[in-house]
Amino acid sequence: MNALLQVRGVTMRFGGLVAVDDAALDVAPGTITGLIGPNGAGKTTLFTVIAGFQTANAGSVAFAGEDVTALPAHTRALRGIARTFQIVQPFAGLSVRENIAVGAFLRHPRRGDALARATAVGEAVGLGPLLDRPAGALTVAGRKRLEMARALATEPRLLLLDEVLAGLNPSEIRDMLPVVRKIRDDGVTILMVEHVMQAVMSLCDTVHVIAQGRMIAHGTPAEIARDPKVVEAYLGHGAARRLAGGADA
Amino acid sequence: MRSSYLPIAVAVAVLALLPLGTSSNTTLNFLSFALIVALAAQGWNILGGYGGQFSFGHAAFFGTGAYGMALLQVRFGINPWLALPLATLLGAVVGAAIGALSFRARLRGSYFALVTLAFAEVFRILANAWGFTGGAAGVLVPLRIEAANMQFADRVTFYWLVLACVAAGLVLTQAMARARFGAWLVAVRENEEAARALGVDSLAVKLRAITLSSGITALAGGLYAQKFLYLDAGIAYGSWISVEALLAPIIGGLGTVFGPLVGALVLLGLGEATKIALGHALGGAVPGADLVVFGVLLILCVAFAPRGLLGLGADVRRLLRRPA
Repeated sequence: MNALLQVRGVTMRFGGLVAVDDAALDVAPGTITGLIGPNGAGKTTLFTVIAGFQTANAGSVAFAGEDVTALPAHTRALRGIARTFQIVQPFAGLSVRENIAVGAFLRHPRRGDALARATAVGEAVGLGPLLDRPAGALTVAGRKRLEMARALATEPRLLLLDEVLAGLNPSEIRDMLPVVRKIRDDGVTILMVEHVMQAVMSLCDTVHVIAQGRMIAHGTPAEIARDPKVVEAYLGHGAARRLAGGADA
Repeated sequence: MRSSYLPIAVAVAVLALLPLGTSSNTTLNFLSFALIVALAAQGWNILGGYGGQFSFGHAAFFGTGAYGMALLQVRFGINPWLALPLATLLGAVVGAAIGALSFRARLRGSYFALVTLAFAEVFRILANAWGFTGGAAGVLVPLRIEAANMQFADRVTFYWLVLACVAAGLVLTQAMARARFGAWLVAVRENEEAARALGVDSLAVKLRAITLSSGITALAGGLYAQKFLYLDAGIAYGSWISVEALLAPIIGGLGTVFGPLVGALVLLGLGEATKIALGHALGGAVPGADLVVFGVLLILCVAFAPRGLLGLGADVRRLLRRPA
């Protein structure tokens, strides 16, 4: 398989705590791949390792066939890996357009081009009417869109979305799903950490499950939902059998 | 697009015509001095205002520029017109070195501020002790009034020379603010992690900023040396210039093109006025009265105009426009 992203044997320790233990995953080009798991499973840690914000204790990350394990975050962005932050990180003192332009400057060194690109990306994610507002004045839903817009403005090949739906209400989530799908249809491969299962089920082609730092399952959303290991990871030991037993009775 | 340079042209024209109304040497000396401080503050503003890296030790660069200017002439017999760019370069190199040491060590916030302060103090003590820099006696640049020697019979000429440097600083700042480098520098100030995620090499951006910043402040130091033709360690590397270089942009408007210039003129203008007024009232000079004014201005600014006088002006204009 010709994966766009290949993670092999990644282990990340913080003191005595093993946050990610020998994790491996592949992301095929043109897909939306989900990474799910209970709280504290190591999803965000694995993300920061893939994006280059932390150096893993062991393992390798390959992107588009090249080993990027030793590259710093900004170089990985130049190669085409963009990430959003779970806790949104707007440049609060700048306008929405200027925020997005910071990302657009990566491939468009001239100010006029970068601002034009920022406007186009902003409109594509539904921030059109808010482009001249200060970023600090956006709602949570607006900030999540801004996170995506800024990352998209770097024109990535792989977009890492860290819980872009967390904290949104059901109608805001409904509005956001087509935006994510549209990004994929425009040719950007997506790896997303997500807690909102309804979104994972409807968006993802493949899902990887991580629990207590270990990858425990991967497959289509439907396969994952039936996997006893996954059910146990979320609901506790023996839950799958009890659920199955309940259904039989 | 070009019109963004119009306010700079207007401000420089006004400042150029200002001394024509006066023949007083005191006024001209004051104006030249205020513009030199404004230039030093413009340098600080690039790193501190746009980049968010607060230096408490820009005296390190100001002093290097000043000593460079004086010593290149006195010890090496280099013409001041060549010595001035060399001194500027020297300041930029010192800035790049201090930046490399502190930014590579990931110092930021108060830690970075303290390290810059320490560097400036070390330089001051060394310059005070070393024979090459004239030690505690300082350096005297010999008086030889010739345009070729950057010493002019008419004080206005030197004022215009300083003004030309200030104008260049304004144009450079404006160009930087509109370029990719400026956008990335502001992004690093606002959120370094997020900037890195967008492909910004934050270390390289900060190093470029401190190099540019220290070069401009060193140019101000060089002009200071040539204006007064005398230096000692307490003047060149003294904390007074570190303080004024950071107070002026804070009072004028951090991270704005005109903030340092407006701040320096207001700060030094009020300081000078207070000294004169108190001198008249008490019948003698009151040393340090201007420092009291600086302190009061800083407190007022932090309390009522956190975005400086320019930010306050913008707020007032908006308030006036709203009822209409």
